Amino acid sequence: MSVLINQEELFQDRVDNEIKIEPRDWMPDAYRKTLVRQISQHAHSEIVGMLPEGNWISRAPSLKRKAILLAKVQDEAGHGLYLYSAAETLGTSREQMINDLHSGKAKYSSIFNYPTLTWADIGAIGWLVDGAAILNQVMLCRTSYGPYARAMVRICKEESFHQRQGFDILLTLSRGTPAQKEMCQDAINRWWWPSMMMFGPRDSESTNSDQSMKWKIKRKSNDELRQNFVDMCAEQVKVLGMTLPDADLKWNEAEGKYDFGEIDWDEFWNVVKGNGPCNKQRLDARRKAWEEGEWVREAASAFAKKQQQKQKQDKAA
Amino acid sequence: MSFQIRKFYYGDIPEDKAGGAIVSKQTANDWPLWEIFIRSKQGLDHKHVGSLHAADAQMAIENARDVYTRRMEGVSIWAVESKHIHASNPDEATSLYEPANDKIYRYPTFYDLPDEVGHM
Repeated sequence: MSVLINQEELFQDRVDNEIKIEPRDWMPDAYRKTLVRQISQHAHSEIVGMLPEGNWISRAPSLKRKAILLAKVQDEAGHGLYLYSAAETLGTSREQMINDLHSGKAKYSSIFNYPTLTWADIGAIGWLVDGAAILNQVMLCRTSYGPYARAMVRICKEESFHQRQGFDILLTLSRGTPAQKEMCQDAINRWWWPSMMMFGPRDSESTNSDQSMKWKIKRKSNDELRQNFVDMCAEQVKVLGMTLPDADLKWNEAEGKYDFGEIDWDEFWNVVKGNGPCNKQRLDARRKAWEEGEWVREAASAFAKKQQQKQKQDKAA
Repeated sequence: MSFQIRKFYYGDIPEDKAGGAIVSKQTANDWPLWEIFIRSKQGLDHKHVGSLHAADAQMAIENARDVYTRRMEGVSIWAVESKHIHASNPDEATSLYEPANDKIYRYPTFYDLPDEVGHM
């Protein structure tokens, strides 16, 4: 056995041996910084992700669909909370993270900057967007940072309901009237490429990836995950009797995977930089919710303080 | 880059910094943090499931109900304000736990008994 000389080597040795890193353990500053960035972005995505779906709660086609959508959106709020809590173990505060989101300093997944135009979009989000998220999240259940991994396990348990309810919506539409079928295909057409972009830049362009893999924050590369996604969806879309909007999509017998077309990277970077169809609308909605909730936060704090004083007085009396 | 650790959650508050005394201005507006423990069914221990912010204990329990028991995960909730949890320091793990390492006679398998004894 080699003698370990410094903290950094000791840390890497633990990671290599699959020993989880816990909040109070020594960790490199850059590891902490990367995690805070990644986990808080992930949390923001869950919270902002409620907005496009919330758009359809009051317009769901039946009471059953409405109840299901409400439950799903409530899950997303819970997922945001699990993740914010995990990030807080690294020494950042909830308020700091929320401020960074509202100031535009922190990012969230670009997918939520696309609008939900029809009811079929709710199906497409469940199937494609949650489907893409699940691939990423299943990988993250084995991430090296303990609190993040535990949050992910919890999230993954709930997430498969989301994907299945989405597919169920599309399946119903795909067996409906010609207009419903058309609506189904249209939603798939609009959500397919943004979903493909969810996995991030190509491996050759991704600067953070190598170090994250070494630290076992990530365990699969962007391109690997994207390939898994294509292979999964290309088969599932057949069940719907629909098609994916990619003329280059073709089964590659020799390599045992699907070949697919090029992503529009200009669009990708444009939306990341804040110029997507709904970037402004989403942030405005979050800021408004925060500002209008201020009196509630203050009132609850004041009430708690008053109750404490009352208890003290009762004891003294 | 220097990253000041202001709080330690998930019960990871070491004795020397206990009580959440180092609270920066930025965190002063947040409601206090609570650690949540859930008993999944009668007969089992309460187990730590995560944390949340709440103004008081009642709100902590109500929020925990909404967040951690949406799918019948629990029949009982404990909420403990995080600053009240004291934890051992991981840097001292070696000196704390190593003394147990060489006392193999504490395990039943240490004792080699004749087969005639049967199950014991």
